[in-house]
Amino acid sequence: MSEPTVSELDSLPVPEVRALAEGGEAKVAGSAWKLAAYVFVENRLAVAGLGVVVFMFLFCFVGPLLYHTDQINTDITQFTLPPSPAHPLGTDNVGYDVLGRLMVGGQTSLEIGVIAALLATTFGVLWGAIAGFVGGWLDQVMMRIVDSMLAIPTLFLLLVLAAMFVPSLPMLIFIVALVAWLVPARLIRGETLSLRTREYVDAVRVMGGGDVRIVLRHIIPNTIGTIMVNATFQVADAILTIAALSFLGLGVPPPATNWGGMLSNGVSYTFAGYWWLIYPAGLAIVITVVAFNLIGDAMRDAFEVRLQRR
Amino acid sequence: MTGFLLRRLGQSAVVVLGVTIITFVLTRLLPGGVARAILGTRASPVSIAEFNRDNGLDLPTWQQYLFYLNQLLHGNLGFSYRLNEGVGTLLGDHLPKTIILLGASTLLALAIAVPLGIMQAVRRNKVEDYFFTTLSFALYSMPTFWLGLILIIFFSVDLNVLSPQGPQGDISTYLDPEQLASLVLPVVTLALVTIALFSRYMRSSMLDNLVQDYVRTARAKGVSNTGVLYRHVLRNALIPIVTLLGLSLPGIFSGALIVEAIFNYPGMGLLFWDSARTRDFPVLLGVTLVVAVATVVGNLLADIGYAVVDPRVRITE
Repeated sequence: MSEPTVSELDSLPVPEVRALAEGGEAKVAGSAWKLAAYVFVENRLAVAGLGVVVFMFLFCFVGPLLYHTDQINTDITQFTLPPSPAHPLGTDNVGYDVLGRLMVGGQTSLEIGVIAALLATTFGVLWGAIAGFVGGWLDQVMMRIVDSMLAIPTLFLLLVLAAMFVPSLPMLIFIVALVAWLVPARLIRGETLSLRTREYVDAVRVMGGGDVRIVLRHIIPNTIGTIMVNATFQVADAILTIAALSFLGLGVPPPATNWGGMLSNGVSYTFAGYWWLIYPAGLAIVITVVAFNLIGDAMRDAFEVRLQRR
Repeated sequence: MTGFLLRRLGQSAVVVLGVTIITFVLTRLLPGGVARAILGTRASPVSIAEFNRDNGLDLPTWQQYLFYLNQLLHGNLGFSYRLNEGVGTLLGDHLPKTIILLGASTLLALAIAVPLGIMQAVRRNKVEDYFFTTLSFALYSMPTFWLGLILIIFFSVDLNVLSPQGPQGDISTYLDPEQLASLVLPVVTLALVTIALFSRYMRSSMLDNLVQDYVRTARAKGVSNTGVLYRHVLRNALIPIVTLLGLSLPGIFSGALIVEAIFNYPGMGLLFWDSARTRDFPVLLGVTLVVAVATVVGNLLADIGYAVVDPRVRITE
């Protein structure tokens, strides 16, 4: 690549100073939540991301009410039809309408993504907070468990689990959550280590508050920024994970499907030129995951959380 | 440094032991027990009893674990009844191919991501920066198999210039022009995902370093702009990349599994995938163990590398 010119180097960043000069925070008065919301809304990309997520939920859950298709019975007289007024995105290899399938598949993808992220975050946060708060040998044991599980690449662990247990929808959610709780556990444990020495923890104790109260009412609420940012990334990751699992043939059993499963179906027709079996589902995944990532990025800025990720 | 090394080695050993406990627990969770899962549902009680005796499964649980550990220490990773071959032998065939795929794509990714990250940091918030930021965001959010599919459609179906299937021959034939050409798409697919991640890190690492005091000092001493950028900032900005390489190893392994599945590349990932579909548990657990140990060793090497290039780490640890 060409060497940068002098004028380019002169404009190299001095972020701290610029932040001071703009004095953005002085404009806002009110709670931390208000401030966070303000920073978030300022970020156009994040608002766009939120818009996309809302649209996707409407598309998948309200869409089928307006656009009626049969997603249970196959119709092999109508297979792999190219897009037409009757089927805006064509039909797949067993005659399902692709647009309708996109809605139904999206329901599964979003459900798994959101529920698995909630489960993983809840469990991970509790695990990390307990390990960090109690400390000592319990912390050592709990965190070594996390380290050991993190050492196994996600997809490998998932495939072993999916091969062991017959994948039904609840089982898939459970399996995805089982490998996803590790990162929040680690993050929250780190924060708890610094939070537990704060004065307000001493204050609670002086007032007679027990350990459970301290962890649940004081420590965890103070890590809410990290939790929410991580949970958002978790949804994005879970959607990708479940797509990969379905692509590898260990996803939800038919006639249910998800975006990854639809792609897995379309692969066989790569050489036949049936683009409507490959592009719509893939784009749906990419757009949704990008949207969740944009929201996560913006929330990280809003809550001023520094995560190890990205 | 010795203290740091010993401590890190100790931690890694504990994690490896933890991984063996996990794989051991996984075998206990097998539906219908280990013998049924491996010998099949129609295995006779006699053969099951024999299998249990041979594999120490008639012992108390903690002795079973020691038996398992002892087997591992003797290099016995298990036996695939489906393929009628030891897991160790299978890995000997498949692992080198995966290492070639990983090595080639990681080198390619670094060769592209590092200059790209520098360029983005220097041209920060300009059109190029926005363009590549958006691109890496999209790549990062893209399912690897979909990316591979699109590349196949474009380069194999539409243009018909590259093979949609990875090299099928022995490693010694990989340098044949035809085999080499079929290696292009798998390597590029895996590299593209990593480039997105690495260039993001490189960009922010450069930006972090550009505002450091030593940059101002160098400027004050009259070092030229290019001198500051390449002799001072770049050298420091590359340090976190060492750790990143170690940390992204599990992700790259997962990526390799998918890439091998799409391009039918006969490496460890494809072996693992086939075993998952046929529920060949000895292979699944053996490979899982090997991949996990490789990850731990990779992280260990990255940490040691970091400590070598950046002495501050040794002190603060």
